[in-house]
Amino acid sequence: MYRLDKLFARAAIIGLVVLSMQVAHAQTAQGSAKFPGIGRNATPAEVLAWDIDVRPDFKGLPKGSGSVEQGQVIWEAKCASCHGVFGESNEIFTPIAGGTTADDIKTGKVASLGDRKQPQRTTLMKVPTVSTLWDYIYRAMPWNAPRSLTPDDTYALVAFILSLGEIVPDDFVLSNSNIAEVQKRMPNRNGMTRNHGFWSVNGKPDVNGSSCMNNCVKFVQIGSSLPDFARNAHGNIEEQNRLYGPYRGSDSTKPPIDKLPGSAAEGLAHAGDTHATATKGPATIFKNENCSACHAPNAKLVGPSIADIAAKYKGQSGAQEKLMAKVKNGGSGVWGSIPMPPQSQLSDQDRATLVHWVLTGQ
Amino acid sequence: MTKKQIELSTEDISAVEKPANRARLVKAPEHFISQELISDINAHGLDETRRGFLRQGFLSAVSGAVAGLATPIAFAAGEGDPAVLEKQEWQTTLGKNVATMPYGVPSIYEANLIRRESPGLTRVSAASVAFTPLQGLFGTITPNGLHFERHHQGWYNLNPETHRLMVNGMVKNARVFTMNDLMRLPSVSRTHFIECGANTGLEWGNVAVPTVQYTHGMLSCCEFTGVPLKVLLEECGADLKNGKFLLAEGGDGSGMTRTINLEACLEDAIVAWSMNGEMLRPENGFPLRLVVPGVQGVSWVKWLRRLEVGDMPWNAKDEAVHYIELMPDGMHRQYASIQECKSVITTPSGGQQLLDKGFYNVSGMAWSGRGKIKRVDVSFDGGNNWRTARLETPILTKSITRFNIDWVWDGSPAILQSRAVDDTGYIQPSIKVLRDARGNRSIYHNNAIQSWKLDSNGEVSNVQVG
Repeated sequence: MYRLDKLFARAAIIGLVVLSMQVAHAQTAQGSAKFPGIGRNATPAEVLAWDIDVRPDFKGLPKGSGSVEQGQVIWEAKCASCHGVFGESNEIFTPIAGGTTADDIKTGKVASLGDRKQPQRTTLMKVPTVSTLWDYIYRAMPWNAPRSLTPDDTYALVAFILSLGEIVPDDFVLSNSNIAEVQKRMPNRNGMTRNHGFWSVNGKPDVNGSSCMNNCVKFVQIGSSLPDFARNAHGNIEEQNRLYGPYRGSDSTKPPIDKLPGSAAEGLAHAGDTHATATKGPATIFKNENCSACHAPNAKLVGPSIADIAAKYKGQSGAQEKLMAKVKNGGSGVWGSIPMPPQSQLSDQDRATLVHWVLTGQ
Repeated sequence: MTKKQIELSTEDISAVEKPANRARLVKAPEHFISQELISDINAHGLDETRRGFLRQGFLSAVSGAVAGLATPIAFAAGEGDPAVLEKQEWQTTLGKNVATMPYGVPSIYEANLIRRESPGLTRVSAASVAFTPLQGLFGTITPNGLHFERHHQGWYNLNPETHRLMVNGMVKNARVFTMNDLMRLPSVSRTHFIECGANTGLEWGNVAVPTVQYTHGMLSCCEFTGVPLKVLLEECGADLKNGKFLLAEGGDGSGMTRTINLEACLEDAIVAWSMNGEMLRPENGFPLRLVVPGVQGVSWVKWLRRLEVGDMPWNAKDEAVHYIELMPDGMHRQYASIQECKSVITTPSGGQQLLDKGFYNVSGMAWSGRGKIKRVDVSFDGGNNWRTARLETPILTKSITRFNIDWVWDGSPAILQSRAVDDTGYIQPSIKVLRDARGNRSIYHNNAIQSWKLDSNGEVSNVQVG
């Protein structure tokens, strides 16, 4: 059996080589009647390398299998830091699991979605097709190392996620041969509708406005406005508008002004300033150099939070030098198994500024 | 220029001296006559017409020099505006050389108008959005540096030399194109808006954000250049009779995939490499992105590297978990793609501060994913009475149209609204009409009429009426 497989594989490879040679030959001879000299035929190996999508009918799904148990091991190593041990975390991304019931598995429609008080929608509450999970995990996960999972890893992870929603039992092994059966148990498989006018440019809209021009509303009532506490939640609006011209920004760090500032803006605090100065502070470096992809101020992402790092090294002599070296060369093992890549692109000065900011907040 | 070539008569000199009575005659600056006139005089000599031009040029040069005298002319207090009466640095010193900024940037006075994130909206900046500062824009075109950003797994500067586009699936031949190939194909340049399906999504339940940057800033409009999708698909021998769907895939870490409904998009979609005359910006998909006019931005796949023709939709993550709209009955609308007719007043808008009462040119943007803007009405009393605004030309399909309307503000509180109508006859709805039909948990496709309240202190704020 083994030898037969090997033989077939060799025959397939030879076939592939012959085919691609033919293709290569055909390209030059063939071209296109309309646009000669532009583009070439793809080789089968090229299509195989890039065409990795999996459709709801499982076209494109590679053969393989993985157990819930295997999935849990991979999950805890590569996924739990963002999604939580049980896929429940709402800190970095919206939760993966939760909110589905045994009844939903029967009906194929997640009942809690009809509850207006339902605070959060998890992936398992929404996703209608198991192929979607498989496709996305294989193509884009984990967050900081996409396309590093094998098909078997992916089967195992999908199995683990499904087990969190009790869609499959804990001892389940998901494979290309039983995935269609699993689809029949997806809790929201009947929860999608394309019965709306937005899919096609010629679709029929579901609402239409009023063309009334005069005396259209008896009483204009304000139903919603920004609460006072949110006045400055997006930063000072004054600094998000021109400091000249007729449309200034209101100073949202203060309550609204008492009266109109006057046509020369004499009533505005910023009347003397004309432009904001650009700064390159540590927070800007932190963001622009992509540190924020893995570190957040207070929450653990892929890497530890700034607060946790500051707490760990508080009062330690040599912490500045130690962390500067870590940022430059990368490191692992201090905060978990996920390594921090070296940040050699940073200048020494920016590195010093950043580390000082991480440790002291200044 | 030698003295022989241009000789001034005594008449010319006296004409020059007359207005200079209060000051001594100063040497005219060089080149006070245009190069064209010099060439003209050299070629044809000095006749009366040309002498007239010369006089005028000399006059203006001398009067300019008078204002620039070394001895300042003192003005009494109250005699006028110092900005007029006093000399400015830029009048009296030498300016910067050409190409001091080899790639030009906006004036330092524009530093506040930048893309911004909405705090708390997302938790990871590599899968987030930065909004366009619509409150400061004019006309219809979004400057490339201010085009809104939305990434699903961060952005890169892809190497255009190694970038490839593969077309496969239901095609006669799966093909690979380099940028060298694509940029030789027949191209079109068309102006279209791009709007995220979640634009204004924060406002479904209630007012949540202060300014038009955050309510409507996932909206941009550019002139895109590229090869029509149809040309490319036909070149590959696509089976467009049975293959009604297209998968577009990006080259980023998320391998962004979206199903495109070819029935809706085959005629006007573009595989584009340029925005506003230069190559796409990296944040916007350099070197290649799909342009799907009228359809929500997520389908305009960036860093486009593969197109696959197929006979069914793919149910990718961003069409089966996100970008789906929860209806009151618990069903999700899937594949809601078209951005319906919408408008917003950008000046004045939320968070802005007017200085005084009096005349204002109230201005905004209108757009429709189904066609052209036909009319925009504006109300200053919260929707009770409406007046029709001026539409600026050209009015293009699936593009932004700028509207303007004259208004004299009497200083009393007002609520400003705009309401757009497109050429299908569809009228932009109120938030109440939308909520009645779809509830308030939909997130996507909120094209409601926007209300801005103007208080008597000149401050504008975001409100919802009704």
